Amino acid sequence: MTELLVGTKKGLFVLRGDPGAGEPFDIVTRAFPGDVVEFAMRDERTGRYFASHTSGFYGPRLMFTDDPAGEWTQAEGPSFPEGGDTALERIWTVVAGEAPGLLYAGVAPAALFTSTDDGASWTRNESLWKEHVAGDWQPGAGGLAMHSICPWPGDPQRLAVGVSAAGVWLTDDGGDTWRTGFEGLVPEYMPEEAREGTNVLCVHNMHRAPTRPERLFMQFHGNVYRSDDEGSSWAEIEAGLPSGFGFPLVIDPADPDSAYVIPLVADVDRVTPEGSVRVYETRDAGSTWRERGEGLPADESYLTVLRQAFGSTGRGQGLELYFGATSGDVFGSPDAGGSWVRVRERLAPVTSVRVA
Amino acid sequence: MAVVTLRAPLSQRTGGTREHDVPGSTVGEVLRELERRHPPIVGWILDERGSVRAHVNVFVNGERTREDAVVGTTDVLQVLPSISGGCR
Repeated sequence: MTELLVGTKKGLFVLRGDPGAGEPFDIVTRAFPGDVVEFAMRDERTGRYFASHTSGFYGPRLMFTDDPAGEWTQAEGPSFPEGGDTALERIWTVVAGEAPGLLYAGVAPAALFTSTDDGASWTRNESLWKEHVAGDWQPGAGGLAMHSICPWPGDPQRLAVGVSAAGVWLTDDGGDTWRTGFEGLVPEYMPEEAREGTNVLCVHNMHRAPTRPERLFMQFHGNVYRSDDEGSSWAEIEAGLPSGFGFPLVIDPADPDSAYVIPLVADVDRVTPEGSVRVYETRDAGSTWRERGEGLPADESYLTVLRQAFGSTGRGQGLELYFGATSGDVFGSPDAGGSWVRVRERLAPVTSVRVA
Repeated sequence: MAVVTLRAPLSQRTGGTREHDVPGSTVGEVLRELERRHPPIVGWILDERGSVRAHVNVFVNGERTREDAVVGTTDVLQVLPSISGGCR
């Protein structure tokens, strides 16, 4: 039995079902009705659930609970200093760290927050915020978002973060100092003469291969990349995809040569190409890609899958994949993308999907 | 002291009380003092900058105002959701 946390524009839906049964998942509960739930996850170390949600009236906040059908508690933060000139706009992601009680949150405007008490309270990373201010970071279409946080397995000192649109930032000392990981990234949305040295680098998603942590995969604004040097430099790997544009990205934790993406036509037309919903898989680190679409809508289907709306659980042949679309449909694969079923339909527009 | 009136869900964050006598000479001061007395409401009406949230309206004696408006000791502040909110 698999439990899904599906953030939508109208609340958090907790779904439960068997992806191999071919039946729709049950809606176990709906939390934060009426509010946008941008992201939800469960910290498997403690069993604690987190949900970031934004009231259309009363702003964004992070909530946590041990029972998503019960009471939720508001965390102390993430928030910016009172009396300053910056206010929290959105919490994009929450990621478990590599030490007991350690979690990270990425927010807009782009900042990294850290918790050392299992998410109850949060502190801004000041050295990266100084880079933000000094570098005059610029937003992408979805805001100035820190959406990707990649811990290094077993080492809390090393971290990579991705920002739209301020590139990749790396630390080797627990966040005291940061360096850029810009080399090889090509911002084709800028004039050629303006690309050299720019920090306007629109990272859309980034994940690290846990069994080979110096390797990361990235969905960029118009390209897909791989890094084999901890995120310092990047090589294009989108040849064979119908489009280099997209947002979601998942890897198989058992296979450092694996990645899954869901391409969209282009930034000016953010729907599945040719009206066909397809997930693309590489098992050779991006040298080749193959369609994984059996069971997915094959024609006249123009779906948009947002940045955080692709999640997974398991590994290898037991890898389960799930994604949701702004159509309100949620699809799942019990066999690493070999076959797909619609696990739920007619929800509100889906903003995030994670396996609990 | 001015009287601040709240509706749910804001009143749920002040122990279920809908009316509060709160000192302060401006809307911002009154709302910050309300936050100090009821920490669960921090961030719900004012953001970190001290600005009233875009989709929250504050009326003083029936007139819509912002955080820098002057408040008298007999004034009534009503905090209401804006009709422009909730559309996302």
